[in-house]
Amino acid sequence: MAKITFIDKDGNQKKIEIENGLTVMEGAVQNNITGIDADCGGSMACATCHVYVQDEWFNKIEKAEDAEQDMIDMAHEPKKNSRLSCQLIVTDQLDGLVVTTPEKQS
Amino acid sequence: MKKTDVVIIGAGPVGLFAVHQLGIKGLRMEVIDNLDKPGGQCIELYPDKPIYDIPALPECSGETLTKNLLEQIKPFKTKFHLNERVQELVKEDNLWKIKTNKGQSFIAPNIIIAGGVGSFEPRKLPLKDLEKYEGKNIFYSIPDKEKFKNKNIVIFGGGDSALDWSLELSKFSKVTLVHRRNEFRGAPHTLSQLDKLKKSGKILIKTPFQIHSVNEGDTLKSITIKNDEGKTEKLDADIILGFFGLIMQLGPIAEWGLNMTKKTIDVNTNNFQTNKEGIFAIGDISNYPGKLKLILSGFHEAALASVECFKRARPNEKYRFQFTTSSKEIHSRLGIKDK
Repeated sequence: MAKITFIDKDGNQKKIEIENGLTVMEGAVQNNITGIDADCGGSMACATCHVYVQDEWFNKIEKAEDAEQDMIDMAHEPKKNSRLSCQLIVTDQLDGLVVTTPEKQS
Repeated sequence: MKKTDVVIIGAGPVGLFAVHQLGIKGLRMEVIDNLDKPGGQCIELYPDKPIYDIPALPECSGETLTKNLLEQIKPFKTKFHLNERVQELVKEDNLWKIKTNKGQSFIAPNIIIAGGVGSFEPRKLPLKDLEKYEGKNIFYSIPDKEKFKNKNIVIFGGGDSALDWSLELSKFSKVTLVHRRNEFRGAPHTLSQLDKLKKSGKILIKTPFQIHSVNEGDTLKSITIKNDEGKTEKLDADIILGFFGLIMQLGPIAEWGLNMTKKTIDVNTNNFQTNKEGIFAIGDISNYPGKLKLILSGFHEAALASVECFKRARPNEKYRFQFTTSSKEIHSRLGIKDK
């Protein structure tokens, strides 16, 4: 279980609890986090669950694989700390993770 | 105006199987899809990725699934209207009239929306106010490369389309390729060619950069790109090409007065009809308690919706459930000769 904070483009924060084993995207969708579309349902095919991971966390978590990087190329305004939330699997280690959702997903 | 029994919106796996279910009942249908080929997400997003949960197919790629479905519906000689998106829906007596962005119209008692997450559209550059340049200076696909001779072209993207067009257009124009990171994704041969052209100065590569702004005024002359460190560079540009893949957008369907939950359409589970009689929603776009976004669920939804479509298209005939194994009528529709 991890408490994860989502900050939207206007700075509004929402903290939710996500069970271990789910992805950050799935947790966001189940909790109606605005700003995560997840059109393809987590098959890493659409880049609409794109988030910016807070820098300190970005360096702590595992790096994105090539296929994810390729998909992030398609995302709206990718940055250095861009990740696809469907590829972030929740464990206790992610407790306290903070991500920002982009201005839009598409 | 084309008259038919059913208009199917979306040629993904579920739309294709709907053709089958309607076809064996003797109904006529027309299929509209905004992509240039049938298959929907299966063909556009994951043609090579294996699918493991199609009943009786232990493993199957998106491409194979599409090919098999097309084979299965071949006997019905269905007309596909590709590269075309539905626009307007109006009721005329007991029929629905549907218009596309290409000005075609169809009239039918039944509309089946099998639109997935929406129609595929090119993902655009992230700057606001670039619409005024679209089709003039900014393009997301290349219908005619002759237009791009002897120009200053800036291409954005790091995948196959961006690379292939960079190579091609560099033959007769000045090409700058801009990408957000240093790595490109392409076939080894393409990458080595790109390297060669870069070394000989035929193509200028700017990484890791993204678009920051365009010049003021109505005519595009130059753009500014920026990297993560905040460094900016100005580039001359008559033409900008963006290759960021496709996104899915629900588009006009959202304005048709259907009851919706988020981006999905509410249906009943008896026949997958929406709040409007004669309009059905099946596959990923449909919503009901317990809905699973699985291809196999969409197949079931197509079968049930097709029964109600038959009743509405043939009000004077009695609907009779038949098995494909034993029905002579179905066999003749499938072009199978009974022994």
